[in-house]
Amino acid sequence: MKKQPNDLILQTVTTVISFIIFLFSIHLFFAGHYTPGGGFIGGLMTAAALVLLLLAYDIKTLNTILPFDYRLMTAAGLLIAVLTGAGALLFNEPFLTHAYDYFELPLLGETSLHTAVLFDIGVYLTVIGVTMTIIQTIGESE
Amino acid sequence: MSLLHLAILLPFIAAVFVPFLFKGFRSIHTGWFVLLVPLALFIYFIQYMPVTSSGQTVSQTFEWIPSLGINFTAYVDGLGLLFALLITGIGSLVVLYSIYYLAKEKEALGNFYVYLLMFMGAMLGLVLSDNMIVLYMFWEFTSISSFLLIGYWYDKERSRYGAQKSMLITVFGGLSMLGGIVLLYIMGGTFSIRELIGMSGDLMTEPLFLFAMILILLGAFTKSAQFPFHVWLPDAMEAPTPVSAYLHSATMVKAGIYLVARMSPVFAESGVWLWLVAGFGIFTLFWGSFNAVKQTDLKGILAFSTISQLGLIMSLLGLGAAALHFDTLDENMYMTATIAAVFHLINHATFKGALFMMAGIVDHETGTRDIRKLGGLVNLMPITFTIAIIGSFSMAGLPPFNGFLSKEMFLTGMISVFELDLFNLNTWGILFPVLAWVASVFTFIYSIMLVFKTFLGKPQFDKLPKKPHEAPIGMLISPLVLVSLVIIFGFFPNLLSNSMIKPAVEAILPSLTDAGQEVYVDIYFWHGFQPELFMTLGIILTGTLMYATLAKWQGIYNRIPERFTINGVYDRGLDKSESGSFKLNEVVMTGYMRSYLIYIFAFFVAILLSTMGIRDAFAVDTSNLAEIRIYEVALALVLIAGAITILFAKSRLTSIVLLGVVGYSVALFFVFFRAPDLALTQLVIETVSVALFLLCFYHLPEISRKEERMKFKMGNAVISVLVGVTVTLIGIASFSNSQAFESISQYHIDNVYELAAGGNMVNVILVDFRGFDTLFEICVLGVAALGIYAMVNFRGVRRQKR
Repeated sequence: MKKQPNDLILQTVTTVISFIIFLFSIHLFFAGHYTPGGGFIGGLMTAAALVLLLLAYDIKTLNTILPFDYRLMTAAGLLIAVLTGAGALLFNEPFLTHAYDYFELPLLGETSLHTAVLFDIGVYLTVIGVTMTIIQTIGESE
Repeated sequence: MSLLHLAILLPFIAAVFVPFLFKGFRSIHTGWFVLLVPLALFIYFIQYMPVTSSGQTVSQTFEWIPSLGINFTAYVDGLGLLFALLITGIGSLVVLYSIYYLAKEKEALGNFYVYLLMFMGAMLGLVLSDNMIVLYMFWEFTSISSFLLIGYWYDKERSRYGAQKSMLITVFGGLSMLGGIVLLYIMGGTFSIRELIGMSGDLMTEPLFLFAMILILLGAFTKSAQFPFHVWLPDAMEAPTPVSAYLHSATMVKAGIYLVARMSPVFAESGVWLWLVAGFGIFTLFWGSFNAVKQTDLKGILAFSTISQLGLIMSLLGLGAAALHFDTLDENMYMTATIAAVFHLINHATFKGALFMMAGIVDHETGTRDIRKLGGLVNLMPITFTIAIIGSFSMAGLPPFNGFLSKEMFLTGMISVFELDLFNLNTWGILFPVLAWVASVFTFIYSIMLVFKTFLGKPQFDKLPKKPHEAPIGMLISPLVLVSLVIIFGFFPNLLSNSMIKPAVEAILPSLTDAGQEVYVDIYFWHGFQPELFMTLGIILTGTLMYATLAKWQGIYNRIPERFTINGVYDRGLDKSESGSFKLNEVVMTGYMRSYLIYIFAFFVAILLSTMGIRDAFAVDTSNLAEIRIYEVALALVLIAGAITILFAKSRLTSIVLLGVVGYSVALFFVFFRAPDLALTQLVIETVSVALFLLCFYHLPEISRKEERMKFKMGNAVISVLVGVTVTLIGIASFSNSQAFESISQYHIDNVYELAAGGNMVNVILVDFRGFDTLFEICVLGVAALGIYAMVNFRGVRRQKR
């Protein structure tokens, strides 16, 4: 592109909107165990917010504000998922057996904590990593 | 592991040390070390002669794979011992001969003796095995070592051709034989030949009996160069002459004879056996002798002569089977045929070995084996001439040599066909004596030709590459020993009758001797004015006459066009099968993805529809159908419209957008069918993939970017409609049968909160109940991302490396 286009409206709206999308994606992720949503769709939503940022700005800017290596993120996600599964082995249970209980937490009061969420975090990170790796790779390849 | 096993394996063990001897003792010809092996074995096997001639047998078992019934059972009876003595005896003579024939400076002697010892061990194992799988193993060892020996001078084109040809034909036969062995095992439940012989009466009625017999006979016929599988033997003459003398006259080609003789007790009650073995044998006899006259190469003549003599033995073995249909031995004239077969087997090994060695000497001393260039050697090579004349006259069946005796017995056997009232032999059987007589005439002609054209006639030494002179004494010892045997067996045939022939015949026809009767073998020169005497006289007269007029009628051989010879058929068959496979490959493997997809889909449709048809699996059951709602119909119409329009879209951009329409419609279906998670995912994924399609579209190269409608192809349309119909039919049928089992989903509904503390059942199944699947699905995603990253970023690296 020879001339930098004037994207003032797009950029301003993106700044606001992307945070809303982030929030929505995090909601989807955490609500996944009880209502529609979960790691996969949450991850995709987060990636969508990042893509919106990409469209409004460019790859370099995005890398400056969010300096992630998405391939490492993929690897981390896979590792978390596998370790969650392997954790069950420590308690003499079959691979990928989940456990949950209710805890009294300082701010939140009585909360249920479930190891399936850890697994879902793995899924979530992997999906973001994968989507962003693909889009960045293809975008940079010009 | 007994001493007998060690004796059989000794040549293999010795073969291991040959290369060291060859490298370590360069000044001594390696053959001298090797010579000890067959000599020792010959002496060892001689010891069994009193055992077998008194009717005893020796059997030693060494367990190899007992769980499969495969044991190395060494079994020595009359037949096995006869062959073992031939193998070791002629083996010693051949090794001695080869010491003088092959120069130690020029030849790769290490290879030669390793192959030869391998062959010797394989032959010994073959004739002394009772277990058919072990027999088959040694059988293939002989094929392989023979292949190596024929291709010994591997830098010669003809050697390689001959080796390949013999390999293809004998291995084809060997594999057929394996099939026959397996069939016999299925029928009899054992690999042991002796046990099979014991149940031969029951085997006759089995439906597989005939197949087993034909397959075993295929093995025997290919190995023993019977018509039409004889074509490999003349081409195997490219081997060094000791090899031809050993393998292609005395031992390997008799492996098929051995097999027929060994299996006779199992199969011979059947008339098919008699007709097949005797019929192929007698025709081979005729064909071989007829073609031998045409040859101009000494070894060529001997090769066809071997074919013809093997046919003779084979036909005698076939006719000998008729003896089984008589109860007493006293008046059993068909016994003569078997006795003649065994006797001629011994005789043939002696004179043919001598003749091959004679041919080798002539070749060695004159530089050629072409009888058109040879002549008048009698004064220069008197000893060789003596060898040749004794061998040839014995081969022609002239008195007083041993060939005369076996030829007379052969004719007696053939005449006795007239009196046999079995299997139509009294009508078609007339062919046997006629062919036998004609073949004997030709045998006479080529035998005379062999001697007269080489040693008599006008000398033409200027045509010879070398100046001829008598061979060294070392080279002459072996053929001299063999021709002395020819004469000894000729004058004193009863030396052999009780010690060798009787036990061998008893082994071939055990059911007769088991009944307590004794085979009576007495061979004598003069048996009165019988028809066979006049036949012999006729052979000599006609043969002499035809030899004198040879030049006048030799032209008929050129009348047979090359196309119709078996060789021509073999060569063209090989060519055609090669070019045919190549063509087939070219037609089927087009290299176009679309062809392969058509194959895949066509098979998919054919297999599924025919399965449904055969199983009568078409089923329509409407009782479980849900109510159809109007918005489902509307959405389905949108979906169908979108899908069909893709097919007719002119531009790719339209197709991509229409694909998006289909995807979003599917997402809406998920909404209607109450699958919110799926709908969410489908929407986002559809967006991403449409974006990626657009990216691809944007990067299409300019040149081929013609916007045009998809071409209509009838075949593709038919296939795609059929695939659609097949899948639909299966879908309908399986839905109609889906009530057969209760769904397991109730478990998930009941336990989603109880066990997994969740509310979203889909997500709980994904991460908890069936989390293992999810783990690998995210792995798939990770691999895909890394794959794309690698593909995009490492293009340059790969190109540089190229």
